Amino acid sequence: MGYQWNWGVFLQPSAAGDDTYLGWMFAGLKMTIALSLSAWVIALLLGAIVGVLRTAPNKVLAGLATAYVELFRNIPLLVQLFIWYFVLPELLPKALGDAFKQSNPVFQMFSASMICLGLFTSARVAEQVRAGINSLPKGQKNAGLALGFTLPQTYRFVMLPMAFRLIVPPLTSEFLNIFKNSAVCSTIGLLELAAQGRQLVDYTAQPYESFIAVTVAYVVINVIVMTLMKKLEDKVRVPGYMGGK
Amino acid sequence: MYEFDWSSIPGSLPFLWDGMKISLEITLTAVIFGIVWGTLLAMMRLSSVKPLSLFAAGYVNFFRAVPLVMVLLWFFLIVPKFIEQLFNLPPGTDLRLTSAMIGFALFESAYYSEIIRAGIQSVPKGQMAACYALGMTYGQAMRLVVLPQAFRNMVPLLLTQAIILFQDTSLVYVSALADFFGAAYKVGDRDGRLVELLLFAGLVYFVICFAASTLVKRLQKKYHPA
Repeated sequence: MGYQWNWGVFLQPSAAGDDTYLGWMFAGLKMTIALSLSAWVIALLLGAIVGVLRTAPNKVLAGLATAYVELFRNIPLLVQLFIWYFVLPELLPKALGDAFKQSNPVFQMFSASMICLGLFTSARVAEQVRAGINSLPKGQKNAGLALGFTLPQTYRFVMLPMAFRLIVPPLTSEFLNIFKNSAVCSTIGLLELAAQGRQLVDYTAQPYESFIAVTVAYVVINVIVMTLMKKLEDKVRVPGYMGGK
Repeated sequence: MYEFDWSSIPGSLPFLWDGMKISLEITLTAVIFGIVWGTLLAMMRLSSVKPLSLFAAGYVNFFRAVPLVMVLLWFFLIVPKFIEQLFNLPPGTDLRLTSAMIGFALFESAYYSEIIRAGIQSVPKGQMAACYALGMTYGQAMRLVVLPQAFRNMVPLLLTQAIILFQDTSLVYVSALADFFGAAYKVGDRDGRLVELLLFAGLVYFVICFAASTLVKRLQKKYHPA
């Protein structure tokens, strides 16, 4: 095919002249990490709340939480992203929508991506939290109540501390997913890792080098996250359970 | 307040339906190929032949570490060149659908193989020992005894993965292929009615996936009455 390999391309000054192409890659990497971590915070907080509500005795609250999970799980991530980015600003009150549309474009793309990824993942986290709570022996809840705890106290001091320790392994895979899913945000023009890779192809006409670099970067992120989470898993493992000590 | 105008949807329904057919085609190819290749990968992974199990582990872990968007970009880059050379097609032939199908099939088989591996491992060990005691070969034992039981246990998970796969097909957007979502976006962009078309696309995906996952849950109850 006569493809001209040129790994030196990464050290060439970029078209804008202010940076090398390697610099672009690192800028993309930083964006991917910032986006994934901030979305993960949203996902954990909302996921914990919705997951708890799904197990609540109150039918209305449990129903609302179920609706939330089903809504976010049954629409493709890409469609959700486009709705957050293109549709929502139109539906906001005019003043607010206009203010958003006139703000810094990077801020617009980043905030839409962060909210989208955060809520999308929160529905998955909620399912894990619910599964964790439901996997606890019934006696734990009853014992808490029998000791005179209120139901919220039982959740707070007895059930949730156990449930969260049990669901660390499935949460690890959701945490990995959020990094991978963040690549979808390249479609609205956010310059994260995958988008920088495509931009590099346009500017340098060296597709293989840039795609290989981006792919390797994702694999490295994956390995780092897995290693860190393995440490956490070992630390919080509950003795006496499957996989426990 | 925003004024909705849904009038561009009825006229473009045939175009949207064409897009839906592409989405379904990709889903179906990837499900069938993914289950077949996924089963082979799972058997390799569980095999005692080291090179085979290393290859399968490497394949599965690699595809599970890389975002689908990146995998699709790779396949849209490589597959057309490869096929053009292989079949002597003129350069520039539109091979995006083929590339998407191959990309999804190879990517999803990594996920299917993990489901199938868990399914095979859920069959008690004694079954395999019993097969050998009866004089069956490994292939016979797998085909006649282990896999039928494993698949019966796995049906709900395999279907759930198919629903996820159907949602993921929207990502062929990166190649501007007009699947259902791509078609909806094109119509919305053309008529300046992106808001309505995106909401409509979201609704259609929701109805299909929600109905499908409700059916899967019923099936699950039938197979495993809790």
